[in-house]
Amino acid sequence: MLNHKRHGKLAAIAVTAATALALTSCGSDEPASTAGGGGSAAPAEPVTITVHTFGGGENFGYDKAVETWNAAHPNIQVKYQNLTDRFEDVYLPQLLQKLQAGSGTADIVGIDEGAMGLMAQRPQFFTDLGQYGLQDRKSDFPAAKWENGVNKDGKLFALGTDIGGMAMCYRKDLFEKAGLPGERDEVTKLWPDWNSFMETGKKFQEKVKDAKFLDGPNTLYNTVLSQEAPKNGNVAYFDKSNQLIIETNPAIKTAFDTVKAYSEAGLTAKLASFTPEWNAAIKKGGFAVMGCPAWMVGVIEGAAGEENKGNWDVAGVPGGAGNWGGSYLAVPSQSKHPKEAAEVLNFLTGKEGHVLAFEEANAFPSSLSGQQDPKVSEKKNAFFNDAPVGKIFGDSTANLLPVFLGEKHAQVKTAAEKVLEGMDKGSIPYAEAWTKFVEAGTKAAG
Amino acid sequence: MTLNIDTPAPPRRSGPRRTSGRRAAGRGGGGLTRFDLRATPYFLVSPYFLLFALFGLFPLGYTLWASLHDWELGGDKTFLGIDNYIELIADESFWNAVVNTVGIFVISTIPQLVLALMLANALNKRIRGRLFFRLGILLPLVTSVVAVAVVFTQLYGRDYGMINWFLGFFGVEPIEWQNQSWTAWLAISTMIDWRWTGYNAIILLAAMQTIPKDLYEAASLDGASPRRQFWQITIPMLRPTLVFVVFISTIGGLTLFAEPVMFEGNPTMAGGATGQYQTVAMFIVKEAFRDFDMGYASAAAWMLFALILVGILINYSFTRRIGGNK
Repeated sequence: MLNHKRHGKLAAIAVTAATALALTSCGSDEPASTAGGGGSAAPAEPVTITVHTFGGGENFGYDKAVETWNAAHPNIQVKYQNLTDRFEDVYLPQLLQKLQAGSGTADIVGIDEGAMGLMAQRPQFFTDLGQYGLQDRKSDFPAAKWENGVNKDGKLFALGTDIGGMAMCYRKDLFEKAGLPGERDEVTKLWPDWNSFMETGKKFQEKVKDAKFLDGPNTLYNTVLSQEAPKNGNVAYFDKSNQLIIETNPAIKTAFDTVKAYSEAGLTAKLASFTPEWNAAIKKGGFAVMGCPAWMVGVIEGAAGEENKGNWDVAGVPGGAGNWGGSYLAVPSQSKHPKEAAEVLNFLTGKEGHVLAFEEANAFPSSLSGQQDPKVSEKKNAFFNDAPVGKIFGDSTANLLPVFLGEKHAQVKTAAEKVLEGMDKGSIPYAEAWTKFVEAGTKAAG
Repeated sequence: MTLNIDTPAPPRRSGPRRTSGRRAAGRGGGGLTRFDLRATPYFLVSPYFLLFALFGLFPLGYTLWASLHDWELGGDKTFLGIDNYIELIADESFWNAVVNTVGIFVISTIPQLVLALMLANALNKRIRGRLFFRLGILLPLVTSVVAVAVVFTQLYGRDYGMINWFLGFFGVEPIEWQNQSWTAWLAISTMIDWRWTGYNAIILLAAMQTIPKDLYEAASLDGASPRRQFWQITIPMLRPTLVFVVFISTIGGLTLFAEPVMFEGNPTMAGGATGQYQTVAMFIVKEAFRDFDMGYASAAAWMLFALILVGILINYSFTRRIGGNK
């Protein structure tokens, strides 16, 4: 899903979300939690439920899941369409227009994490999934994933598809060239915390001159921020009353200072993520390590190409767990068949849907039951030297805490990271960077 | 035409209509006929105007209306009056975008038109393989703007770009072209010029060929040098075409969008970390579709419209003096 076509930082992940099965109002006597069980009383007329998603490549990876559902539910036929590979600049503006117009959306829509803060502030646009019993799914999701699907009125409006558990992706060949261990467990041991990560970086840079240790500011920043935010009240740019706290949140400052330190130490290749230059450097070995949420694995594989098979590997992240990106599914309130849509959503975000999407598109399941499925937890990635990605990313998300996303989270994030890029590349002096960073964020928050 | 039911002599129908329509209509006695005569031309040209109203005037008016509101995409709208415009005039990043747009316009369009004029003049001479060259300079036009921008952006790449590789032979450190305004402007200008110089040259060439040859012959007999002929005959005779070319270039230059967007690599519409090459068109798209502030973006769109009018007026006052004393 997330592939190199989705340039936006928002763009990240695809996810599917969830749903509801439960049909409490309709007399099904099946337990609500059987995802995909679909045992509701059949509607008299066959109902068509449309699903719209975004993302390049395999995007949400629902071909097989939809096929499975349609075969089992002649009365509820799902039509799945991926609208575009671009979330931030194409999909989201169109979705907002259709939501506002009151017509034109699908019965189930995919939403990237970056826009969830915005959607949570607009309860009128989405069906309350709680009324179809989806509230019962709560125990199946990490709190981090669940909470962002609850709107400002406290109603459940979206369930998670994939999740961006954190790891570090590294170039095995470059590590060996620098005299560092290349094997992933050894590499993980090199950096239990960020200090040792910095030390490793310096050692690397002493030996290797034609490549940099890190890619640039973005992946490092998001990795650190995803770890720090839960330590500082589970907020990032906005506090829970939607006030901008970019200047006062220690999590932001820590992430900023970390990026600054690596940039000043000359350890970054000064590349902004999701740009053609960055893609080229992934392919040509322009840098050795990058922060790597689960969906990034697909991005790297796409950018690096077949000839780099085995050069890249996945190790643990310094400083513990984190999440970056991931998507959701929601049912717009304009849907004519909200009950059936909720059922389908429940299936797609349930264990079976998650596992099928993982197999098809490497969308790492956000549901705990999906993550624990052997097809996921034992999955090895051939491109990354058979790295046990299922285990690495599963471990990193198990204990995630929710991070509140403000209404303008995406805009502030984009503006702030632009300043980081400018600082790293030298168009903004280090001494002025923090002031500019706060200024840009404040302006973007409007 | 079947409306003309009273006309007794069918063969005359088409004749009188052209030559003495009024009389024919009178004799036909029909209000219908008169209506037919008067209305048909309007009816026939109406598809254009209907489409123009739908896709031209309506968006224009709607944008104006939107610009008077605080209107968030997917949110509420409240009437503001001209507050958006007041805010815009005080907005540094808007003026930054204006400076970038005008800067890129100046350093791309002036060399472009001079070059186009020289090319057209050269191709107007009797040279070997004239058709080949004429087609050749037009060739860049058939490539897509985005393709041009993508390729040029790679050429200007910091690490693996060909231009830095070439400059490296002269000991120049790799340049981060996006980092500074002037390097970014220069890079973007080359993309524009590469694609549009030939187009303008062809238009100018076509105009040159309409200049009567006897003017040149007479001038030669009087002993005017080719250079003098160029300045005293070619340029003045080209004036209407130059005005056209300048207008089109002004509109194109001030609405510049695709090249700087692709040059950024990551379409956030910010045009660099500090907006080094954010054009007004990018500013509008950023406000509307990144920050979802439709009202503010609409106001910026109207400001751009005004900017283009001013640009055209300035350029017109320059170009109409071309050739001086005529």
